[in-house]
Amino acid sequence: METILEIKNLKTHFFTKAGLIKAVDDISFKIKKGEIVGLVGESGSGKSITGFSIIGLIDAPGRIVSGSINFKNEPLLNASSNRMQSLRGNRLAMIFQDPMMTLNPVLRIDTQMIETIKAHDKNISNQEAFRRCRDTLGLVGISSPEERMKAYPHQFSGGMRQRVCIAIAMLNKPDLIIADEPTTALDVTIQGQVIYEMQELCKKTGTALLWITHDLAVVAGIASKICVMYAGRIVEQGSVDDIINKPMHPYTIGLIKSVPSQNKRGEPLHQIEGMVPSMLELPIGCAFHDRCTETIEKCKIEKPIETNQSDSRVIRCFNFKDIRK
Amino acid sequence: MLNTDSNSKNINVFMYKFWSDFSESKVAVISLLILIAIVLIAIFAPLISPSDPYDLSKVSIMDSRLPPMAKNFAGDIFILGTDGAGRDMLSAIFYGLRVSLGVGVMSAIFALIIGTIFGISAAFFGGKYETFIMRIVDIQLSFPSILMALIILAAFGKGIEKTIIALVLVQWAYYARTARAAALVERSKEYVEAAQCLALGNKKIMFNHILPNCMPSLIVVGTLQTAHAISLEATLSFLGLGLPITEPSLGLLIGNGFQYMHTGDFWISIFPGVALLITIVSINLVGDQLRDMYNPRLKK
Amino acid sequence: MTDILKVLQVSKNFVKPIDIASKVVNMFGNFYNQEVVHAVDNVSFNVTSGEVVGVVGESGCGKSTLGRMIAGILPLTSGKLDFHDQHYSGFDEGNYKHNSHIDLKIQMIFQDPFSSLNPRQKIIDIISEAPIHHKLISKKDKKYFVKDILNKVGLGTDAMDRFPHQFSGGQRQRIGIARALAVSPEFIVCDESIAALDVSIQAQVINLFLKLRQDLNLTYLFISHDIGVIQHIADRVVVMYLGQIVETASSDEIFSHPNHPYTKALLQGVPTLDTKKKIYTPIKGEIPSPINPPSGCYFHPRCKFSTNKCITDKPSYKEVSPNHFSACHLNS
Repeated sequence: METILEIKNLKTHFFTKAGLIKAVDDISFKIKKGEIVGLVGESGSGKSITGFSIIGLIDAPGRIVSGSINFKNEPLLNASSNRMQSLRGNRLAMIFQDPMMTLNPVLRIDTQMIETIKAHDKNISNQEAFRRCRDTLGLVGISSPEERMKAYPHQFSGGMRQRVCIAIAMLNKPDLIIADEPTTALDVTIQGQVIYEMQELCKKTGTALLWITHDLAVVAGIASKICVMYAGRIVEQGSVDDIINKPMHPYTIGLIKSVPSQNKRGEPLHQIEGMVPSMLELPIGCAFHDRCTETIEKCKIEKPIETNQSDSRVIRCFNFKDIRK
Repeated sequence: MLNTDSNSKNINVFMYKFWSDFSESKVAVISLLILIAIVLIAIFAPLISPSDPYDLSKVSIMDSRLPPMAKNFAGDIFILGTDGAGRDMLSAIFYGLRVSLGVGVMSAIFALIIGTIFGISAAFFGGKYETFIMRIVDIQLSFPSILMALIILAAFGKGIEKTIIALVLVQWAYYARTARAAALVERSKEYVEAAQCLALGNKKIMFNHILPNCMPSLIVVGTLQTAHAISLEATLSFLGLGLPITEPSLGLLIGNGFQYMHTGDFWISIFPGVALLITIVSINLVGDQLRDMYNPRLKK
Repeated sequence: MTDILKVLQVSKNFVKPIDIASKVVNMFGNFYNQEVVHAVDNVSFNVTSGEVVGVVGESGCGKSTLGRMIAGILPLTSGKLDFHDQHYSGFDEGNYKHNSHIDLKIQMIFQDPFSSLNPRQKIIDIISEAPIHHKLISKKDKKYFVKDILNKVGLGTDAMDRFPHQFSGGQRQRIGIARALAVSPEFIVCDESIAALDVSIQAQVINLFLKLRQDLNLTYLFISHDIGVIQHIADRVVVMYLGQIVETASSDEIFSHPNHPYTKALLQGVPTLDTKKKIYTPIKGEIPSPINPPSGCYFHPRCKFSTNKCITDKPSYKEVSPNHFSACHLNS
C-alpha cells in the first residue's frame, strides 16, 4: 500500500532562554494510505510538537533541526511557504484539541467553510462550494446542515464545534489528517460519537489519520498501529495488537498495567515510580532509566537506539524482555 | 520540575527572573536608571544643590534673570541661570523635583490603598455592594481628572495637604477598577475556594490571598498613575492652584517663569519643563515595560 | 455502619437576574422570564462512614456543584445536609462555614493543580495556615507538623520552603491533599482531582487516596467523569444526568447490572483497551441545555427505549433491587 507520510530521524529543538529543549529527538515512523496511526504519550513527550512539525507550524524559538518528512514522496522540510500553504487544508489537514483554535468566533460557519474551499480552488462556484460544505457537515453527523451552517461557533456545543472542525478538515478530501487530542475535551458520550464518526469517515474516504493522544484506550479501538513516545522519542511502535496485548518496552508495560481496568478492584494500582523528567534536565543515558524496573548499567550512560524486531515492530531499549520467545 | 534551590535562593530566583525580563527592553533600563537618578536628586536635594534657593538671606535680586552659565559679581556660576528673584534655577529644579515627586508618590500611595480596599472588597462580596461601588467609580472616571481636581481645589483652597487630598480623590477610582478586575480573576481560582473550605475568614482571604496576587497589575497601574499624578499636580500649580509658593513644585516654577517668556528669558520656564518631561516620560517607560512583562498574552 | 453524611433533597438554582431593560419591558406586559439553571435538582443520598462514593456524569450534570455544596463553599437553594446527624446547610451568601462544629471536618481537593495553590505562598504556609488560624497547632510546632504531613503524602521535607511553581502537577495535587489533611478532616470531596494529571501520575495519586483512606479512616465523595477510575476506587456509585440522580448502586452491581439506559450508554461508550476492532454504537444526540431541560424524563430524547410516558411524566426514583435505585419508567 502507498506510503502517505514517512518521517525519518526527525529532530525539533527549542532554543529557549532557559536552555535547549529537545522536544522531538530522532523519531521515525510511516503512515500508509487510509491507515489510522495512534501517537501516544504523556505531557512533555513531544507528541503535539511532532504534529506541528509535520504541518509546518513550528515557530521561534523552535526549529526543525534535522531529519526528513516526506509526504507522498515529496520532502516537506525545505518546501517553500507557498507550497506548504497549498498543501495545508488541502492535502494535509489538522484538528486541534480546542475547536476555538480553528474557528473564528466572529464569522459564521458557512463563511469559514467556504473560505477553506475557495482558498484551494479559485474557480469553484459559490453554489458548488456551499453544496460541498453542506454534504460534509452531514457526513460528520450534523443534522439539518443547511440551517446550522448559518450559525456562529458560540451557538454550537463543544461536541458540535469539534465536528465542524473535523468537517473543515475533510472539506478538500485530504490524504492525511493530523488530529491533536481531538476528543480529550469532550464528554464521554460525545467522545464516543466523534471516535465512531472519524472511524467511519476514514473508511469511506480513504483518508489516513494520525491520532495524537495521551489515552491509549481511545486509539486501541480504532488504530491499526501505535507509536509510544516518551521524552521526545518513540520508545516502542508496532501494530495495535502487539503494543496493547504484548508490550515489550518497560514504559509501555507500565502504562498499560497502571490503567484501572487492568488491576484488581480496590487493590493499589500498579504505578510507574517517579515523575516525567523536565525536558531541560534530561538524565544522561535513557530518559526513562530512573523510573524503569529493568534498568541495567548500560541504560545509565548510553541512549538506546531503535531496533527493528519485525517489519512493523520497533523498540528502543537495551533490556526489554522479548516475550515472544 | 524540581528546582534544587534552597530557601535563601528563592528571593534571588525571583529577582533574577524579574531583571532578566525587565532588561529585555534597553529603553526601559535606561529609563529606570534616569528615574533612579531623579529620585536620588530629589532625596538629596539639599546636599547637592549649589545653593538653597529658598534661603532668603542668600538670594539677591541683583542676580535675577541671569542666563545659563552666567556668573554674578561674586563669581558664582549659575549653570541653568536664575529666575526673576535671583534664585539659582538648578537648585530650584532640584527642590522642585522633590516636591513634585513627593506629592505625586504620596497621592498615588493613598489612592492605591483606598482604591485597592474598595476594589478587592467589591470583587469579593459582589451583589449590591459591588454595583454601588463600581457605579461611583464609573461616574468618577467619566469626569476629566483636571476638571475634578480644579473643582475640589477651588472649593477647599490651596495647600499641600489639600492638593494631595484632591489628587487622591481624583485617582482612587483607577486603582479601584484595576484592583476589582484583578481580584475577580483571582476569586475564580481554586485556591480561593480552598481557603473558604478551610474557613479562613473573609478578611484573611481578601488580604492574604487575593491581594498579593493582584500586586502585579496594581504595581503597573501605580507606576503609570504616579506619572499622571505628577503631571496633574504640575498643571494645577501652573494654573496657580494647588501648591503654595513656599513649596514650589516644577509646575509652579513653570507657571512663575511663564511671564518671562515674552522677554526672551526662556530658561526660567523651559528648564523646569524639561525636568518635568524627563521625569514623567521615564516613569511611563518603566511602567510600560512592567505592563508588558506582566501581560500573559505576550509571553511565548 | 453509621451514615456520616445525609444529602436530603438538595437543590441548587442559578438565576440570571433580569436586567433593567427587560424589567421595564415586563412592566408593559411583555414577559421576559428569568433564566433559571437547575444545576442540582432534588438530590438525595447517604454516605456511610469509611465509604468511597463515586459520583459520575458528564458536563452539566451538576456533580461539581453538588460537591461544592457538600464541602460547604456554595450555599444551597433548598434541601438539607446532615453531617453526623447535625444539620449544617443553609449558609448565607458570603458567609460560608459559620457552623464551627463541622467547619473543618469536610474538606475538598480540587481539579486544577495549577490554580488550586496560592502561587505566592510557600508550601509550609499553604499547609500550616489553616491549623494555625484555627489554633489546632502553635506557630512553633509549624515545621514538625508540616514535615509529618508531607511525609504522609509522599513528599520530602525539602518541599517546605519552595513555591508551587517549582513542582509538577502530580506533586501539587499531593500538596493540595496535604493542605486538606492538615485540619484532620473526616470526609473529603475529591472534585475531578486526577483529571488534570498524566496517566502515569494518576495511578500514584489514586494509590495515595486508597492508602490515606485506610490509614486515617477517611470517607470520600469521589467526583469524576472517568468511569474506569470510579469502577476501581468506589464502593458505591451515583450516576447524575442534568442535575438529577438517575441511578445509585454498589460498584459491583452497577457495572454488572446497570439499570438506567443512560448508565448503560455511558458504560458502553467508554473506550477500553480492547483491541478487537470495536464498532462503536454511540448514543445519539447532545446533552441538552440545563436552562431548557426536556419534558418528562430528561433523558428521553436520547434514549433508545423511550415511550410516550417518558415524554410527559418524570420517572420516580425507585429501588429495583436491594440498595439499587434507578429513575426509569421501564422499571414500573
